[in-house]
Amino acid sequence: MLLLPASIIVLLAMAYPVIWQLITSMQQFGLAQQFGAPPEWVWFENYATLFSNPTTWFVVLRSVLFCLAAATVTMVVGIGLALLMQATSKSVRLTLQIALLLAWATPVVAAMTIWNWIFDWRRGLVNWLLTNLGLPFNGHNWLQEPLSFFAVALIIVVWMSVPFVAFSVYAGLTQVPGEVLEAAQMDGASPWQRLRLIIVPIIKPILGIVMLLQIIWDLRVFTQIKLLQDRGSIASKTDVLGTYIYQLGVGSSDFAMASAMSIFVLLLTIALSWAYVRNLIKEDDES
Amino acid sequence: MSQASLAGSAPRTTTMTAPVEIVSARGRLRTGKPWRIVLNVVGVLLAVVWAFPVYWMVNSALLPNVVLEKTRPTLLPFGGSLKNFQAVIADGSFFKALGISVSIAAIVVVVCLIFAFLAALAISRFRFKGRRSFVLAVLFIQMLPAEGMFIAQYKLMAGLGLLNSIIGVSIIYIAAVVPFTIWMLRGFVAGIPADLEEAAMVDGLSRTQAFLRITFPLLAPGLVASGIYAFLQAWNEFTVALVLLDADNKTLPLWLRGFIQQSASTAIDWGQVMAASTLVAVPVIIFFMFVQGRMTSGLVSGAVKG
Repeated sequence: MLLLPASIIVLLAMAYPVIWQLITSMQQFGLAQQFGAPPEWVWFENYATLFSNPTTWFVVLRSVLFCLAAATVTMVVGIGLALLMQATSKSVRLTLQIALLLAWATPVVAAMTIWNWIFDWRRGLVNWLLTNLGLPFNGHNWLQEPLSFFAVALIIVVWMSVPFVAFSVYAGLTQVPGEVLEAAQMDGASPWQRLRLIIVPIIKPILGIVMLLQIIWDLRVFTQIKLLQDRGSIASKTDVLGTYIYQLGVGSSDFAMASAMSIFVLLLTIALSWAYVRNLIKEDDES
Repeated sequence: MSQASLAGSAPRTTTMTAPVEIVSARGRLRTGKPWRIVLNVVGVLLAVVWAFPVYWMVNSALLPNVVLEKTRPTLLPFGGSLKNFQAVIADGSFFKALGISVSIAAIVVVVCLIFAFLAALAISRFRFKGRRSFVLAVLFIQMLPAEGMFIAQYKLMAGLGLLNSIIGVSIIYIAAVVPFTIWMLRGFVAGIPADLEEAAMVDGLSRTQAFLRITFPLLAPGLVASGIYAFLQAWNEFTVALVLLDADNKTLPLWLRGFIQQSASTAIDWGQVMAASTLVAVPVIIFFMFVQGRMTSGLVSGAVKG
């Protein structure tokens, strides 16, 4: 009984849309349907159309590449910062933690306006710096070319997501028993050996989860890409999964195609997190 | 839910490790002195790099446009003023968006806390059939991408006649945030020994009374933390608001986007845009500092331990 209110609202706003999408994705949704005609069943035809369109594959490829790049860089920098926090003195560590918290706490839309300003083609700080270093970046528009567009997006996403990784890994590092490390040191283990043989195995579960979350989050970046596209890039060359669904559904009102794409994203997310959820079921059995 | 976008992001429950500074000497990597100095310098440099964008926002917000127009950027806001802030607030659209954001956040926080509280109580105090499936459903929903569902949510709200309404957006937010708040609160409820309640019941209180008098007060910090979490999610959300709300019903993130778009064809008034960003970001940064420790440890240990 106590679960009822929460369950109802979650079912209404989450489960129902998923089922609706599953149904819609197998129906025809053309002009007639927008004027109220009952939709026709076409089963998997939408999926076939969608995935025989090379644009879809470019979007998927772009999303996957961006996701892998962002997640990898975030993990490397985040773990590096966590280790650095351990090695620095207290005051430096605190400074670093406050700086990371600032980046983490900034709402994504505000963060995007800041970065748009820093990378502004006319008076942005980056162009000014590069021009002053003697490079030809005066009036350079970073968002025009897909490659530099995604480079900027990568910097922003990494800036925003590194704090979560750094804090989580750092929290894990504090769980490593100091006695074991000291003992290993006395036995002549190098810092590298201590890291590899003692620390990494202990924090492995945390690394696994953080990595998984990064992949899931980075695969469906929407706000960052959308707000960068707002600042004048060619959307068709910079669409990722999220903005593609938005463009299909809200832009062209093709709900069937948008639903098919959404179902694809959901399946992808489930596939990625399957191992993790299964692990949890196992642990829950044991407890 | 942050970045976390809402459902996952957030990206972002159980063991309560402290916020910023809880480090004992345990697990430290011992390093030699010269190395330590180098690492400290690197640490400070990285801190500067990470904090810089936020500093740059406040700095630009304080500078008049004449200064920002100069080719050479001004690094310190000497002689800065609050003129940009005044200009942003002047046209009233900020306060309208603020009102909408506050209403949505208030609904989300209150409803989420009530629902999550009941659910957390159920899963941590009672053993029942389907309990495990419920816990798993909670975890699973955390991972569903908002980006994969907004089309259907749009149609749903259109069907219910709740498009472009505060209630409609709130319903979606609550559904997205409630699983994690249940998760967070569950940790807090589990941390309060059931013996306390039982002792009170032996002393003649009913189950409800025992709960209200003994457990509830002990739970207050947990409710505050979960409430702030729900607030942050509702305050920051962009995707669902973008799809469900029209121009006349903007939340703050949408308003901020509109602000930068307004002048996109002409030269953007970056001073005002930065002042606007500062107004949206500062409340969040302050609240965030309070709950970040609980959110991190919650996500990680909740994730690890199930």
